[in-house]
Amino acid sequence: MEELLLRALSASLLLAVLTGPLGCFVVWHRMAYFGDTIAHSALLGIGISLMLHVQLGTGVLLCAVVIAIVLAWLFNRYGYSLDSLLGIFAHVALAAGVVLLSFVEDNHIDWLAYLFGDLLSISWTDVQSMAVISGALLLLTFLGWRRFVLLSVNAELAEVDGLNTSLYRGLLMVLIAATIALAIKLVGVLLVTALLIIPAATARNLSRSPRQMAILAMLFGSLASLGGLTASYTIDVSTGPAIVLTAFVVFVLSLPLRS
Amino acid sequence: MFEYSRFYPGLEWYHSRMNEPLVTLANIAVRLGQRSVLQDVSLTINEDEIVTLIGPNGAGKTTLVRVVLGLQNIHKGQIKRRAKLRIGYMPQRFQINEHMPMRVVDFLRLDGSSRDEATNALEESGIRTLENAQVSRVSGGELQRVLFARALLRDPELLVLDEPVQGVDLAGQAGLYQLIDQARKRHQCGVLMVSHDLNIVMANTDNVVCLNHHICCHGHPDHVSTDPAFLELFGHRFADTLAVYHHQHDHEHDLHGDIIEKSHE
Repeated sequence: MEELLLRALSASLLLAVLTGPLGCFVVWHRMAYFGDTIAHSALLGIGISLMLHVQLGTGVLLCAVVIAIVLAWLFNRYGYSLDSLLGIFAHVALAAGVVLLSFVEDNHIDWLAYLFGDLLSISWTDVQSMAVISGALLLLTFLGWRRFVLLSVNAELAEVDGLNTSLYRGLLMVLIAATIALAIKLVGVLLVTALLIIPAATARNLSRSPRQMAILAMLFGSLASLGGLTASYTIDVSTGPAIVLTAFVVFVLSLPLRS
Repeated sequence: MFEYSRFYPGLEWYHSRMNEPLVTLANIAVRLGQRSVLQDVSLTINEDEIVTLIGPNGAGKTTLVRVVLGLQNIHKGQIKRRAKLRIGYMPQRFQINEHMPMRVVDFLRLDGSSRDEATNALEESGIRTLENAQVSRVSGGELQRVLFARALLRDPELLVLDEPVQGVDLAGQAGLYQLIDQARKRHQCGVLMVSHDLNIVMANTDNVVCLNHHICCHGHPDHVSTDPAFLELFGHRFADTLAVYHHQHDHEHDLHGDIIEKSHE
């Protein structure tokens, strides 16, 4: 029992470190809807993985990255006003995923767990691959940090400064998509955007620089994971929703501290 | 025959670079969707020259600025920029994302500048005290100065200022123009400026370009303003360098800004 908790805890702390800074970009770029689209299409990723007999985590990750690249191309070509297109994309991908899944007869896969996350079923192998992938994503985010922030402040200024804005916007979208694909394991398709946005919004209220906001978001994400897991263990509620609710409580508590 | 370039290699290159215009636009046309925004615009910006764009709302001034900056795809024509031209750009209506905490000094350092470079630029713009203020909290006039400081960071060869005094009160406007003039002398850079306000076009402008989808007319502003209110605001020292540009309109426009051909009688 304790080892199960330890696995869940290490996985969720790993993810909190990653969702902190990337959640900030979701907030700065107002990309919540993009996050939802990537999350919804995870079900399509699961369907495709089951049909092709690929490992689920890998399939979801690849599917998210491919969709992010397609959307980045659309964004760069047509600008950010793609709300309705995202809406179409999200739900078509979700519907296609569910239809695909109904063709696959596999009683070993509980794909409903993907809707709300299933942190407690995680294995040490999962934690290891999660550590490698999130380490790589975090490194990329760190290396491109200044340029990503510049892009978030004002794309036009960034372009005059000589930044390849299409490339960096695309890269950022791929990083966020990959993060979402990883985080789905934790809190599920329906709640994953909250895990990115709530800690970042909490950090916004208390920080004076982008870096401070990213670090605080990591901290609040970890706090939410700790609290959520504890609640899940002691009063037996599902972990994903417990983590999101804890993140929300932290957010509310931070409101009076706004500078 | 004595060829000094043989004794001073690089001198010839130096001279050719110095004489080369910063930016040359030839017969530019820009369409946004179905709408033709710029037609047949040719423009040269030389080193150490102030070019001011004037014209009514929606005349395509900002679009032309974006063409010069390389932000706008053109439909027709040619753009030639000096190789590795360093541009300092001050955008119109800049607003920082409300969700982005950002100190003024960090905002300046986003282009990779050092802390010293950033504080020097703030000093030059007279806002050293704002170093640690949040960009989202400074006033309109202060924000313009922050943007101006940022434009100066890279020791620009060309300053591009899109309505630099927008949202600044009259006293602040004079200060800002004085700052622009000082910076131009210190950095010996060319300036491309958009102005909405005919009254202000003037300080030291070398070339006024009147734009209404095409270039209506351009030239040196030749008259010193004698408007008493103007003198009072900017002072006599300034007035010496001021002139009112006489706009001699030799043609008429329809609602789209196209030239109406006059029928021969």
